Amino acid sequence: MVVTLAHYLAVAAMLFTIGVFGIFVNRKNVIIILMSVELILLAVNINFVAFSAYLNDVQGQIMAMFVLTVAAAEAAVGLAILVTFFRNRGDIAVDDASMMKG
Amino acid sequence: MPDLSLALPLAASELTLTIGALVLLVLGAFLGEKSARLVSILSVALLVAGAAVAATGPLGVAFDGAFVADPLAVYGKVAIYLLSAVAVILGGGWIQRNRIAKFEYPILIVLAAVGMSMMASSGDLISMYVGIELHSLALYVLAAYHRDDLKASEAGLKYFVLGALSSGLLLYGASLVYGFTGSMRFEDIAAVAADGEANVGLIFGLVFLICGLAFKVSAAPFHMWTPDVYEGAPTPVVALFATAPKMAAMVLIGRVLSEGFGGIHDQWSQVLILICLISFAVGAIGGIAQKDVQRLLAYSSIANIGYALLGIAAGTEQGLQAMLMFMTLYVIDQIGFFAILLSLSKSGRPIRRIADLAGLKTDRPLTAVAITILSLSVLGMPPFSGFWGKYYVFGAAAEAGYWQVAAVGLVASVVAAFYYLRIIKLMWFDAPLDAVKTDKAPVESQWIGWASAAFAFPLVIVGLTWLEPLTKIAASGFGAG
Repeated sequence: MVVTLAHYLAVAAMLFTIGVFGIFVNRKNVIIILMSVELILLAVNINFVAFSAYLNDVQGQIMAMFVLTVAAAEAAVGLAILVTFFRNRGDIAVDDASMMKG
Repeated sequence: MPDLSLALPLAASELTLTIGALVLLVLGAFLGEKSARLVSILSVALLVAGAAVAATGPLGVAFDGAFVADPLAVYGKVAIYLLSAVAVILGGGWIQRNRIAKFEYPILIVLAAVGMSMMASSGDLISMYVGIELHSLALYVLAAYHRDDLKASEAGLKYFVLGALSSGLLLYGASLVYGFTGSMRFEDIAAVAADGEANVGLIFGLVFLICGLAFKVSAAPFHMWTPDVYEGAPTPVVALFATAPKMAAMVLIGRVLSEGFGGIHDQWSQVLILICLISFAVGAIGGIAQKDVQRLLAYSSIANIGYALLGIAAGTEQGLQAMLMFMTLYVIDQIGFFAILLSLSKSGRPIRRIADLAGLKTDRPLTAVAITILSLSVLGMPPFSGFWGKYYVFGAAAEAGYWQVAAVGLVASVVAAFYYLRIIKLMWFDAPLDAVKTDKAPVESQWIGWASAAFAFPLVIVGLTWLEPLTKIAASGFGAG
């Protein structure tokens, strides 16, 4: 079987969907949300690299590098905010993040 | 190899701010916590200098089309820098009073301003994404800046999670657009999309892209973070959130959709119109039951973003101009509202409940007048500034054949009038809840509040005469060198 562009796109779409569901369905832990965000960004990276190889164009891979860099920065900021939240709350359950309604 | 000496002057304002922010960071690190005031003053100077550099700099396209300095970008940048400077001034006093004075606060705003100006002048998907992330990362930290406060850290967490999700949606859309057009540059995307016969993958990517951007401007149905962040985050930070990033994101949306996807206007205008209609409804109806002033302002901003998006949805140059006019007049009102909120407190505690505004006329008559003017302006009562913004937007929408949507917008602003008029009624006709007087107001926020109220009514007549030609130039000079 030949792995074509469509296969890569299908994998990326699945990972993306899992990531989005991970954010919305998950009711337990904020860390899981951070992992889901990471999953979304990696799914997008697969898309970019697959398109880049398919189109024979380097821009997609440049974008993938930027996405990786930003993902690292985002994880750092996200964990820092999570630490302040934990220090105030003593807990990181998603359901607890509801002091304000909505 | 492109000539750097030609490219760098185009990005002079960003370079000024970036280098300035790094210098200030070192300065702050050496002088320690006591330097907060000095760094704040220098940051304001830096932002104003950045605005001057942006306004006088050369126009053109640099870095292989990734960076565009056209009149639209310049207009956006000047607005962004000045709004950020006001946010630094408003925050300076606030962080002193709450004993969380740290020099990082102004520096984070400067860094966010760099990201926002990148957004305003992005010419391809890569610089768009980097600009969005550059400003988002700084704003996440600012939302959680009051880190001992439970609400602030919760607001920061919510803003972070939903912001990261929206970046993910935006990126996924960007990857599909790239894949189906074969290029990151808006110009090349426009060439492919110009056929009018757009394929499904491109439309799919476009919709994801619009969703991601709609998150950033808090248009419904992507607004769920807005009320919580407006309520929880520190007030001066919310004053920033409500103004500069919205301006940057609206300029970016205008550029992406009109420049990159101008050929398939029929496709994206439907999506945008839908977002407008939902925003009108959510903003008008959601605000009615609110008790917290800042939550109310959040719903008001959702509705107002709907009006601004309507200008873009018109898809004409006139629509773009209307959007810029509306946003400019609107952010001035917003800054005024938040400045006044910062200046009101009772026994050291800020006034947050709408009910606490009761009887303000006896205590602080001038401030009550200012709130009245600002409320009437946001509500769209002629001859206040908000009316003129809506007048241009509805005019452009009707011209483009969207008069039904404009009519719905008009109805929504009548519904929203309820909560603005309630504030006015409370201040002028109700008795105060208690005999406690309001505290002495901090000078800077009081004057900024009064100044924007003064702009909203008498000065706007003069203001319009120079704002009109400016926005016209900005809207017409797309990508022009």
